[in-house]
Amino acid sequence: MANIEMKNIVKKYGDGFPAVNDISIDVADGEFMILVGPSGCGKSTLLRMIVGLEDITSGDMLVGGKRVNDLAPRDRNLAMVFQNYALYPHLTVYENIAFPLRLAKRSEKEIDEKVREASKTLDLDEHLQRKPGNLSGGQRQRVAMGRAIVRDAQAFLFDEPLSNLDAKLRGQMRTEIARLQKRLGITTVYVTHDQTEAMTLGDRVAVMKRGVLQQLATPRELYEQPVNLFVAGFIGSPPMNFLPATVEGNQVTLPFGTFGIPTAKAERAAGKGLLMAGVRPEHFEDVSVIDPGKVDMSRTFKAHIDVREWLGDQQYAYVPYEAEANVQGQLKELAREVDSDSLRTQLVVSLDSDSTVKEDDDATLFIDTDKLHLFDPATGENLTVGL
Amino acid sequence: MNRTKVGTGVGFAVILVWCLLPIVWILSLSFKPVQETTTGSPHFLPQTWTLQNYKDVLNNSDFTRALLNSTGIALIATALAVIFATLAAYAIARLEFRGKRLVLSLALAIAMFPVVSLVGPLFDLWRTFHLFNTWPGLIIPYMSFTLPLAIWTLSAFFREIPWEMEQAAQVDGATSWQAFRKVIVPLAAPGVFTAAILTFFFAWNEFVLAISLTSTTSARTVPAQLSFFVGSDEFNPPYSQLATASVVVTIPIVVLVLLFQRKIVAGLTSGAVKG
Repeated sequence: MANIEMKNIVKKYGDGFPAVNDISIDVADGEFMILVGPSGCGKSTLLRMIVGLEDITSGDMLVGGKRVNDLAPRDRNLAMVFQNYALYPHLTVYENIAFPLRLAKRSEKEIDEKVREASKTLDLDEHLQRKPGNLSGGQRQRVAMGRAIVRDAQAFLFDEPLSNLDAKLRGQMRTEIARLQKRLGITTVYVTHDQTEAMTLGDRVAVMKRGVLQQLATPRELYEQPVNLFVAGFIGSPPMNFLPATVEGNQVTLPFGTFGIPTAKAERAAGKGLLMAGVRPEHFEDVSVIDPGKVDMSRTFKAHIDVREWLGDQQYAYVPYEAEANVQGQLKELAREVDSDSLRTQLVVSLDSDSTVKEDDDATLFIDTDKLHLFDPATGENLTVGL
Repeated sequence: MNRTKVGTGVGFAVILVWCLLPIVWILSLSFKPVQETTTGSPHFLPQTWTLQNYKDVLNNSDFTRALLNSTGIALIATALAVIFATLAAYAIARLEFRGKRLVLSLALAIAMFPVVSLVGPLFDLWRTFHLFNTWPGLIIPYMSFTLPLAIWTLSAFFREIPWEMEQAAQVDGATSWQAFRKVIVPLAAPGVFTAAILTFFFAWNEFVLAISLTSTTSARTVPAQLSFFVGSDEFNPPYSQLATASVVVTIPIVVLVLLFQRKIVAGLTSGAVKG
């Protein structure tokens, strides 16, 4: 067990393109750290630099206080689970798990003990004599984890371990990994592009974009206080709505109307001209399902519901709106960055499942402007962070 | 469905007869007494069965010596070719280096070069280097001529093995050499065996170099030695003995194929990564 310190890590490829640019992250001993971002953001490269499969162009990588930049992977004592598991097909499950121990020349008795212990933990007892080729995806995944846990490694590294599993199994394995990590209390770095995994597993989450660290925070902080447009748009599903906004005094003007916002937020935005407002889908509600006495009618607006998706516990409604050309360009750019492609400018609102709004009909919606974020459209910076 | 079954059966039979008839003929010849092969109207099966030919051939010290030469030369050439080819193919499949394409095209060029055109130069060269009529004198060209094919076969196999296998081994604590030996080579085993068999066949059956680069039985291999089976009368070669010798040299090949066939199991890598 050890902490992992990354100090100004840079990875440049032959063409000079920085795949990882000046990243500094401290992973505390026993912490579960997530690296998340859209494809090509450098998260896997960073992980591979920790384990030693990629050279570090500049910066320092410390594992347990020891600089490991120039150490070969085998000398770093880190265990890694690969995206495609990388099990040895010519060896049985038992031998796969025993492989690192045999390389370390442990005694036969110790190897047997450790393998049996790992197989018990991972429920692999009945499969020990089988070859990986005959196992299901979930079983292979567990063998790969078994090979990692027998090692007494200083840290676990996971490279998108669940992306090859179907949705149901992915959910099970996610809790399994969380439980295992808590029980073993071992430092873990976990790479994923799936924000559900990021939010549910991580003690802290590092959001990356194009090789640059955007924000390093707890899942809750990422969700409630994103530092910029990218993080705000990447974290959360359905994603945060971005709307063109102008602030005058304590009033914000959105495409649907003008609403009051807290003074503190208004002050930060004063004199900035056209801004981007961010509102999460759940910060809207159908007025008809709220207690009439509790509704601040100055924060409601009429909207034309285009499409409605009823999910049982909640429902999503889509409200298209017209945006000015320059704002539209910005929104497109943002959508591209977070790997989604929205074809139209529309508002996604999450409504109570009791709401009876109809498709292609008008509804009165409430907007919780207390929770609204204001972003500088030029820099993408969140002006209202911390409020 | 029945008709296709019958068709397949008939097809098999035709092909089997076509391929095996010469072999049966040779087998039958090998059991005939010499007199029977020289009569005007030969029968397909021996009139009188005899093992005399086998006794004669195996008591012929020239032949047994040639058999020893063949075995030794073919085995050593195969071993060397497979070892070099494995290392070279691994480098070609895994490493980026200058001249990689050159190596591959050169290998191909060598494979396409007609062997006969090299006999003269090699003859002179080997006499100068005192390699004429020695084992190394045959092992070196056999190895060189089979290396290209072995390299191409093996590098295709290595390319199929996912990089992650090796990286996983390194993270698990293996040195590059251990990763190669314990993970990559076992996974490439079908390729290694294929290369080995092809090399062995070439060395075992080769005739032109064997006859040209040897002068005595100290290095002459069986195919070359067979051409010296002329017997007492040039115009009446001992066909039955020739046939017997052919049978004897074919046996190791058949055994080898049967042995390795089990090893050449396709799909050994299935299940290594996501199915």
